[in-house]
Amino acid sequence: MDFICNFPFFSIMISMFSGIVSSVLGRKAAKWLNLISIWVIWFLSAVLLYYIFGTGEIIVYKMGHFPAPWGNEIRAGLLEAGLALFFCSIMLLSMTGGRKKLMGEVVEEKHNLYYILVDLMLASLLALIYTNDLFTAYVFVEINTISACGLIMIRQNGRTIEAAVRYMIMSLLGSGLLLMGICMLYDITGHLLMSNIRDAVSSIYSAGTYPVPLTVTIILLTCGLAMKSALFPFHTWVADAYGYSTVSSAAILSSLVSKGYIILLIKIIYRVIGFEVYRASHIIDVVFVFGLAGMIMGSLSAIRENDIRRMIAYSSVAQIGYIYMGIGLGTRYAMIASIFHILSHAATKSMLFIGAIGLTDVSKGSRHFAELTGSGYRHRIAGITFAVGSLSMVGIPLFSGFISKLLFAQAAVLNTRKMLPALIVLAISTILNAIYFMKTVIRIYTPTEEEGETITMKQEKVYALTCICFIGLNIFIGMCSQPIVDWIGAGIDMFA
Amino acid sequence: MKKLTNKLLDWLNAEDQSVFDDAMELKMQEPKEEKEETVQQRMRDRLHIKDEVYSEGESKEVKVLRIIYRILAIILCGFIAYNLLIAVSWLPRTGEFDKPVNNEVSARYIEKGLQETGAVNIVTGMILDYRAFDTFGESNVLNIATITVLILLRRNKKKLPNEIEEKENDRLLEPKNDVILQKAATFLVPAIFLFGIYVILNGHLSPGGGFSGGAIIGAGLILYVSAFGFEKTEKFFTEKTQKVISLSALLFYCLAKSYSFFTGANELESHIPLGKAGAILSSGLILPLNICVGLVVAVTMYTFYCMFRKGEF
Repeated sequence: MDFICNFPFFSIMISMFSGIVSSVLGRKAAKWLNLISIWVIWFLSAVLLYYIFGTGEIIVYKMGHFPAPWGNEIRAGLLEAGLALFFCSIMLLSMTGGRKKLMGEVVEEKHNLYYILVDLMLASLLALIYTNDLFTAYVFVEINTISACGLIMIRQNGRTIEAAVRYMIMSLLGSGLLLMGICMLYDITGHLLMSNIRDAVSSIYSAGTYPVPLTVTIILLTCGLAMKSALFPFHTWVADAYGYSTVSSAAILSSLVSKGYIILLIKIIYRVIGFEVYRASHIIDVVFVFGLAGMIMGSLSAIRENDIRRMIAYSSVAQIGYIYMGIGLGTRYAMIASIFHILSHAATKSMLFIGAIGLTDVSKGSRHFAELTGSGYRHRIAGITFAVGSLSMVGIPLFSGFISKLLFAQAAVLNTRKMLPALIVLAISTILNAIYFMKTVIRIYTPTEEEGETITMKQEKVYALTCICFIGLNIFIGMCSQPIVDWIGAGIDMFA
Repeated sequence: MKKLTNKLLDWLNAEDQSVFDDAMELKMQEPKEEKEETVQQRMRDRLHIKDEVYSEGESKEVKVLRIIYRILAIILCGFIAYNLLIAVSWLPRTGEFDKPVNNEVSARYIEKGLQETGAVNIVTGMILDYRAFDTFGESNVLNIATITVLILLRRNKKKLPNEIEEKENDRLLEPKNDVILQKAATFLVPAIFLFGIYVILNGHLSPGGGFSGGAIIGAGLILYVSAFGFEKTEKFFTEKTQKVISLSALLFYCLAKSYSFFTGANELESHIPLGKAGAILSSGLILPLNICVGLVVAVTMYTFYCMFRKGEF
């Protein structure tokens, strides 16, 4: 076994280790440790991705001295390594973009606690990506949930505490359903290792021994993870949680945490239940319908919103709807589109949050549209970032959002039964997206006579650099889409 | 005609006010005088509006909706519970021989557990050796729970003079002179601590282990602090103690298990002796890991109590 095969394990352990050590460090040291560990994991994941491209083989790594069904196991393929790399990049950009805001909004003694939360969040995301064991996934889902609550409420005012309570109730309900699903699945298959469960499930399915528990298990797993990733009817916590928490938290929550759960769901579909069995159960149609409903309802709520942060939050609901719509289409191509949209939305949404915070800074800290007029001129780089993000969300060519919409449309055409509703809702949702994003962009570029504070690039160098990286990343995903789509396809083939 | 339209446009744009110039007589507004009765009436009206019109409890629609909401919620919960019960009735029966759970996984845990992990207590061997990665995650769940409670409840260090006074008042309210509690605690606390330590140290030999033993010790600490007050516990347990204990326990867990995972995955010799089964010093890393888990659990429980009680140690 090559030394590089240890890298997934190193990545998880490094972020855990820095989380544990940060509790006794001061603010500055914790910050640097966090930054360095994310960079190291980024580098490890990049090397791992390159290595797997070279060998074309899956890395199976046993955690301890005992082989898989008895001990724990992690597993890395193309998709996993690439996602780890991507998640690290977004985490890095979100942290640097919101650092200045963090100083103002969080009490100084609690900064090192913030970095602990971020470190453990990254560890749990990596573990969710790499794990090959359903129960390990559940343990790290717990860490993910608790640290997400902490990330919301570390900026202490009434709204964030209320938001954290809402988030916790919904998220724990989701965890509970997930746990019940895992228990039932264990009872009918006798395994916790993903590949073994899939073998057992396919034999149960063909023998028809436990039809009712199998269906209920699929419902519970899907429902629990949908609840945690804010699919439409369970989306009520989104606006407060993303709208009032400090900006790094909002960016991390919207672009990584909800995506981590979707990745776990995709993993369960492919590696636990089996794609064919999942498609044969009619849960996939329900997922499709709620995805479509989310695409419309999220956008409608966003149009009604008068607060820029809450508007972006509701737009997330619509985008999560797209992803579930893709899962619901139930073809390999649609799944590629969904995973592409996970990347594209993660890159764009964190960018919008970071851009919006620059705009509100030059508008007397107010997030209401009336005060934002002309803020694009007062903070040029933030204005450009927000405009690029909006264009990408609406689906203008050159940016990443266009490609994911194109992929969804192509995938919809391939599925004759669901083609019509998918295409119609895609069109309506695009128009609705355009309404609220273009409204905002026009507003921030409407000249106003009112003199406001201006911030130039030289005053906030780190912020400007982050914005430029975000824009670059977005255009990169939009322009080099074909290699990315090929990578996702190869990754899915390795996955199954 | 053109002049008229121009005039109209001007008026629409609010540029020409000449239309009104003659018709209006400008007069200063007189200061408003109110009788006592009207003022009272107005206040009553305002209270009435506040209480009845805008209050959710008084609105009939809200009441009806709330009732409908409750009924629907009960029906939905009943439906879900019914379906889950149906699903459970389809599951394999407990104790059946050919249940799917009775497979090679549990067979190896039961048959080879003792000789592979050195732990007489198979459960401990399972959670701290076979599936140690999950347990590592679980102890980090405790760690992060402590951290979120600290974020939520820890007061800022900077103290204003009146806060110090408040703290003194808080001291007065502590039941520190409760003789019955103190006498009972004098007898119970040492026994509880000893029992907790016994449960942790014998985790690999008899039922128990880090989680249960740690909970026992934590309960003992809470009993002690309720009887004798924070002044006594501050002598040996401050915020720093909490930090040092969780840090060293988790760090040891992290490093020890990293070593074991690394050697295991790379097929290297781990050099950790399993010892003679049944002795206290046996079963390799399980005993130290049990101690770590126990420390983390005890500290977490006590920290929760302190934070909820007064927001600091």
